Amino acid sequence: MSETILSDLAKALGDQSIKVIDLTHTLDPDFPVIILPPEFNQCARFRMEEISAYDHRGPAWKWHNITLSEHTGTHFDAPAHWISGRDLPNNSVDTINPANFVGPVMVIDCSEGSATNEDFELTPELILAWEEEHGEIPKDSWVLMRTDWSKKTGADYLNMRDDGPHSPGPTPDAIRFLIHERNIRGFGTETVGTDAGQGSHYTPPYPAHFYLHGAGKFGLQCLANLDLLPPRGAILLAAPLKIKDGTGSPLRVMALVQGNDI
Amino acid sequence: MTDPLPPPPKKNPQVRTVSPTRPPEARSRTALGLSAAAAEGRFELQHCDDCGKVQYPPRDACSGCLSTELRWKDTDAKGTLLAETTIHTSTKLYFRERTPWRTGSVQLDAGPVIICHLHGDCVRNGRVDIINRLDRSGQAVLLALPSQRSPHMEDDPQLRAMTSDPKHRRILITDARNPNTSEIARALSDAGASMIFVGLSETWRPSPTLDALSAMDKVDVLPLDVTDTHSVQKLAGAIGGKTDILINNARFLRPGGVLARSDTSFAKEEMEVNYFGLMRLAQSFGPVMASRTADGVNASVAWVNILSVHALSSQPEFGCFSASNAAARSLSQSLRAEFRASGLRVMNLYCGPTEDEWYQPLPPPKVTPQAVARTLVTGLQNGLEETYCGDVAKDVFERFRDNPLILERETTLAGDGA
Repeated sequence: MSETILSDLAKALGDQSIKVIDLTHTLDPDFPVIILPPEFNQCARFRMEEISAYDHRGPAWKWHNITLSEHTGTHFDAPAHWISGRDLPNNSVDTINPANFVGPVMVIDCSEGSATNEDFELTPELILAWEEEHGEIPKDSWVLMRTDWSKKTGADYLNMRDDGPHSPGPTPDAIRFLIHERNIRGFGTETVGTDAGQGSHYTPPYPAHFYLHGAGKFGLQCLANLDLLPPRGAILLAAPLKIKDGTGSPLRVMALVQGNDI
Repeated sequence: MTDPLPPPPKKNPQVRTVSPTRPPEARSRTALGLSAAAAEGRFELQHCDDCGKVQYPPRDACSGCLSTELRWKDTDAKGTLLAETTIHTSTKLYFRERTPWRTGSVQLDAGPVIICHLHGDCVRNGRVDIINRLDRSGQAVLLALPSQRSPHMEDDPQLRAMTSDPKHRRILITDARNPNTSEIARALSDAGASMIFVGLSETWRPSPTLDALSAMDKVDVLPLDVTDTHSVQKLAGAIGGKTDILINNARFLRPGGVLARSDTSFAKEEMEVNYFGLMRLAQSFGPVMASRTADGVNASVAWVNILSVHALSSQPEFGCFSASNAAARSLSQSLRAEFRASGLRVMNLYCGPTEDEWYQPLPPPKVTPQAVARTLVTGLQNGLEETYCGDVAKDVFERFRDNPLILERETTLAGDGA
C-alpha cells in the first residue's frame, strides 16, 4: 500500500499537482531575533564569516562559518526550551521521535484581525468558529496561526516600544483548548515567538511556551508564506537539526499542498 | 594672519590621487622620548637630575655636567624667535611637495635654543609658544606658534600637516546607539566637519538617539553593525573612499569578572564588538583610508578608538569588559604600526566610568558625553595618539605610568577580613 501512496506522491510532486511551499525566512544578519532585557543573555543574531572564497585562503572553494542561536530565524522549539517541559522524556531536538517532523497542518486565518489590531488574540471562540467552517482539528496536527505578520519588515516586525513588543498571539485559554481538547502536535506563528508580543502579561507569562512545552508539544515561529496554505489538508515538513540536548533549531519548514488547494 | 582654509573643491576624477610621502622618521632611541611626549601632546625636554640643566636636542648625557641622570619633564614652552628662514626646495620628497616651509631658532625661557618649524604668523623677535607634535611619520617635531592667538591660526598649512583637525573633513562615527554619539557629532560639526556619517546597528529595533541624530544638519545615519563583517564591508564600499576620520565608539559592556558570570556569552559579545568590531572596521576601512592620506585638504587623517582606561589595568568589577578593552588596545598598537607608513594616525581616547546605564550603580565622577566629545575634538586638533578623558582616566594612567603592579594591587584589594 505504502508503495502505491509514495509512488502516487512522487508522481504528484513530479507533475506539480502537489506543490512544495517554503514557509521559511532567509537566514540573514538583519533578521530580528527576540529581545530580552539587556541584563539577560541574548539570542545570537545570524552571522556568517568567510573561510575562503576561491582565494589564498582556499583557492578552489568557497565556504563560510556561521554562528546563530537554536532560536534564530525560522525555528523549532522543543519541550526542553521551557521550564515547564524540562523534565519530560525525549524533550530535546535529538530525542524527539522523527515521526513528529512530518504531519498534517491546520491554518487558522487571523490576518484580518491582525491587520487592524497589533495585539490581536487567538481565542477558543475563534478556534471553534474555524472548526464550524473547516471541521474539527484532528488529533496530533500542527496548528498555525496565520497573521501575515511575516510580510512586515524592519522595526514593524518586532514592533518594539517602551512597553515591550506588540504582535498577535494566542490567549492562555486558546492554548489550553488546543492541548486539552484537541491534543495538537504543535503550534506555530509568523511572529518572533509562539506567544503574543505582550505575552509576558498573561497568567502564566508566555502561555504558549508554558503550556505547549509542559505538555510535550512543539513550537514553530518566524514562519512565512502561511497565506499560501489551505485551512486544512496540507502536510508540514519541519525537521530540526539533530543537536545533542538542543532546545530548538533553525530549520527549513515546508508544506506539501495539493494543487487545487492554492 | 593665516588665510582661512577654504572648503576643498569636489575631487577631479581624472586626476591621480597623490600617494602619501613621509617626513624623515629616523630618531635615536633617546630622541623617542620627545615622540612619546608628542603622542600625548606634552612638551617635554630632558632635565638633568644633577645640575638641573634643561637640554635640547635629546642626548644620552647632560651637555652641562655629563651626568646620565636625565629625566623627561614637562617644560615651560615659552620662548622668543631668534632667526627664521623659509625653505623653498628640499631633497626630501615630503618637503618638496610642501614648500615653502618655515623653520627657525627659538630661545626658550627654560634655557636651550631649539630649531623648530614655524607657524606662518610667527615674527622675528616675537614671543612664541612651542608645541610638540607628531608629524606624518609619527615622530615628534617642534612647532612655534605666536603666543598671541591670530585669526584662523589653526588653518596654517604647517600646523594642519601635523594635526588631525576635523575641519572640512568627513567623519564616520560607528555606533549611533552609544549615548555619546549625539554629543560627538555636535562637537565635530562645531569644529567644522563637513559630513558626519553615523552607523546604526539593527535598524529593526528602536534607537533612542536616532531622532536627535537625524535632525542634525550634516549627519547621515547609515546601517552599520560592527559584529557583522558583511555590514562593515558594505558601508566601506559605500563611503570608505570619503571617510577622512573614523571614530569607533561601538561598545558592548556588561558588569562582572570571570566568576560573576557562569558562561562566556557576554564576554564573547564584548570581544565581538570591542575587539573584533575594531578589526572588521580596520580590515574594511583601513586600506582605503591609508591610501588617501595625501588626498588634499580633506585627506584621510585619523582613526579614533574610544576605550576604557581599564584597558591598561583591569577593573575587576568589569573584569571581562576590561579584558576586551585590553585586547582592543593591543590591536590598536598593531594598527598604529600598520598605518604608520601611510601617516594615518591612530588616536586612543581612554575614559573612566561613563555617565550611562551600565555604570549607573557607580558613584561619580563619571565621564559625560560632552566631556568625551570635547576631549576627542581637542585630541584631533592636537594630532594626539593617546588622550585621557576625565579625572579617573587621568589618575589611572598616571598611576599606571608610575607603577603598574602597584596600580593592580590598589584595584584588586579584597577588603579586610573579620
